Amino acid sequence: MSKMTLTTEGDSHVIVTRHFAASPEAVYRAHIDPKLIQQWMLGPEGWTMPVCINDARPGGQIRYEWSNGKGQGFYLTGEFLELEPYRRIVHVERMHLPDPTPDNHIETTFEANGSGTLMTMRMTLPDAKTREMMLATGMESGMEASYVRLEGLL
Amino acid sequence: MQATLDAAFAALADPTRRAILARLAAGEATVMELAEPFAMTQPAISQHLKVLEVAGLIQSRIHGTKRPRRLSKAGIDAMDQWLAMLRKALEANYDQLDQVLANIEGKKRGEKR
Repeated sequence: MSKMTLTTEGDSHVIVTRHFAASPEAVYRAHIDPKLIQQWMLGPEGWTMPVCINDARPGGQIRYEWSNGKGQGFYLTGEFLELEPYRRIVHVERMHLPDPTPDNHIETTFEANGSGTLMTMRMTLPDAKTREMMLATGMESGMEASYVRLEGLL
Repeated sequence: MQATLDAAFAALADPTRRAILARLAAGEATVMELAEPFAMTQPAISQHLKVLEVAGLIQSRIHGTKRPRRLSKAGIDAMDQWLAMLRKALEANYDQLDQVLANIEGKKRGEKR
């Protein structure tokens, strides 16, 4: 059974929870350290993140660029709003497909849970047009935009 | 069908509407049949049906003086598809994150030695 849950809340939010066998500090770092992000926020096999700018302070910029090595790619930009080390990250982000999608607001929290961490991500759903665009764009593999979307868009 | 996912999510946010959908999953039903299990008037049920119809989740047809409703597969599929895509992408990334975290923890233990 999957360790992840994904539920909708009202008509405009998606709540994702996931347990990790590591400390809140480690999971938090994996969300803000570019060298670590580049190792996991990749989506489908074969995609890489050659550019990862992540200025983790309030107002700091985010820019992730993905590539499939065959000339296809997309990117995401965003800004950090709030950071509470090892506990909480609030940021906005938008995908560029290549036109920017509307801003999406995401709050991610990290709580000690047993010997590990419970991460909860509360995402604002993109509007219908954005979701259609996401579905229509690069969906051959089903998830090119992957986490970005997730994390971002939603 | 111009269903929007927004409307679909809004439609599903209401417990009465979810119950109506669950009933319709068992087969076509008239407004009267749908109103029966709920302590609601037919106009109130009709209002919920209208929300579900605009969201593309149900369809109606004319049958004499009645307009029986049934589930619209397209509407429900659209929403499922979107959530399934999100779920799949997140699960793949988090499985990779598990590996990254295992490496971090392993390194930490190594340093302490």
